[in-house]
Amino acid sequence: MTDSAFLTALELVIGLDADLLAIVGLSLKISLTAVAIAALLAFPMGAALALFRFPGRAPLIVALNALMGLPPVVAGLAVYLLLSRAGPLGSLGLLFTPTAMVVAQVILVLPILAALTRQKVEELHGEYAEQLASIGVSRLRRIPTLLWDARLSLITVVLAGFGRASAEVGAVMIVGGNIDGVTRVMTTAIVLETSKGNLPLALGLGIVLLALVGAINALAHLLGEATRRQLG
Amino acid sequence: MTTYPGSTPANALLSRALLIAGLSLAATSAQAEDRFITLASTTSTQNSGLFDAIIPSFTEDSGIDVRVVAVGTGQAFEIARRGDADSLLVHDTAGEEAFVADGYATERADVMYNDFVLIGPTEDPAGIRDAGSAAEALNLIAEHEAPFASRGDDSGTNRAELRLWESAGVEPGGDWYRELGSGMGATLNTAAGMGAYVMSDRATWVAFDNRQDLELLFEGDEVLFNQYGSLKLSPERHPELKHDLADEWHDWLLSEAGQQAIGDFEVKGQQLFFPNADSE
Repeated sequence: MTDSAFLTALELVIGLDADLLAIVGLSLKISLTAVAIAALLAFPMGAALALFRFPGRAPLIVALNALMGLPPVVAGLAVYLLLSRAGPLGSLGLLFTPTAMVVAQVILVLPILAALTRQKVEELHGEYAEQLASIGVSRLRRIPTLLWDARLSLITVVLAGFGRASAEVGAVMIVGGNIDGVTRVMTTAIVLETSKGNLPLALGLGIVLLALVGAINALAHLLGEATRRQLG
Repeated sequence: MTTYPGSTPANALLSRALLIAGLSLAATSAQAEDRFITLASTTSTQNSGLFDAIIPSFTEDSGIDVRVVAVGTGQAFEIARRGDADSLLVHDTAGEEAFVADGYATERADVMYNDFVLIGPTEDPAGIRDAGSAAEALNLIAEHEAPFASRGDDSGTNRAELRLWESAGVEPGGDWYRELGSGMGATLNTAAGMGAYVMSDRATWVAFDNRQDLELLFEGDEVLFNQYGSLKLSPERHPELKHDLADEWHDWLLSEAGQQAIGDFEVKGQQLFFPNADSE
């Protein structure tokens, strides 16, 4: 089984199967878009949560941490009900489209990015708070400074979010519908092939997915190393 | 004017994210211009490969693409009820007629049929191989308390299975009766793993590749008949759906060309669906 799965994976990659390329491309597009959007929102949100003290801050942090464990299928169901024709945003006609899948993944990834950013920035602020205060930098101005300073750790944070997005199947299955050529991504294709009893192909797809996520992580690692060297 | 180091990467990130988002939206709207309908249908029709075989010929004739969301029949009804599909092709005649009676669909038509089969481990501990009827086979399984894997997902197959237990006079329950809440293929995978009996539609079974010790043990009783029907959804309930395109699909399925395409579809040399649009 495992042998034939590796063979299948190899055939898939070497053969540059057009269907596979389309599925891989869609997976990457959806998850990268979702992570990018989530990062745009989560970085300032997490930094603000780290720097400002306000009533309700502690419960908010706890809620954010808890939402890191949000089951994808629940996020998917919520987005499904929102985008369904019978739901509040039904007139947009977005259900069973890649856009719906991006929305669901943003909801999944946002708490992870925000909670981890909050933690990283808070640690960093602990080191620099006095300095920043002595040169009179306001808390609002400290947000971009600290985010920039924390950029190496934030790469890891983004990777954690990307891992979550590319690995989940519960949400994209419900809101995407696993439509061939339109909303079929790596994970939903794996579920489909498993249910056909085509286990070598399913595992082969799994190996391709792992290799892909591995490659992206390697790339991020190199990027981090390069930045570190630049900083001396 | 001081520039803050943070502004540069943030801007770069922003523009990159917008670029990616823009690309994906552009791709989505390009697809939306195409003529397509969303069809809610069952896992059995998709897992067997039927749609891959027949949709291209419909698309060639009509220029309409059919996007299939394959779920259990119960969920397919729910998707259609909420207005999230343009057309519906399922296999639960009683449920379909109720759907029309409730006003969610304007008409239903027979499209094709095949049959359910009883699958089990080769050693057949309950001895259903020689049963005279499906009811007797189910009674044997219950008497022996042999493991039985039920879909348990309110799908067409699940509903048919529950009706069979009822007419066999058995109320399934207990340790041996396992409700999985999964699609047909996933249920067959589990049944193969636990050496359980399972009822499957013939199409999924024939196309299924992970049989391990499972084999077909009982078939042929007329109560195992499995009818598929196509429904035209109600324009009154959901005026925003693509009724014109969906009607073309519905009519094509019943047409000579559609029926021919269904009859021509084979897996492993075996015809899996038998067109019967005229037999109403």
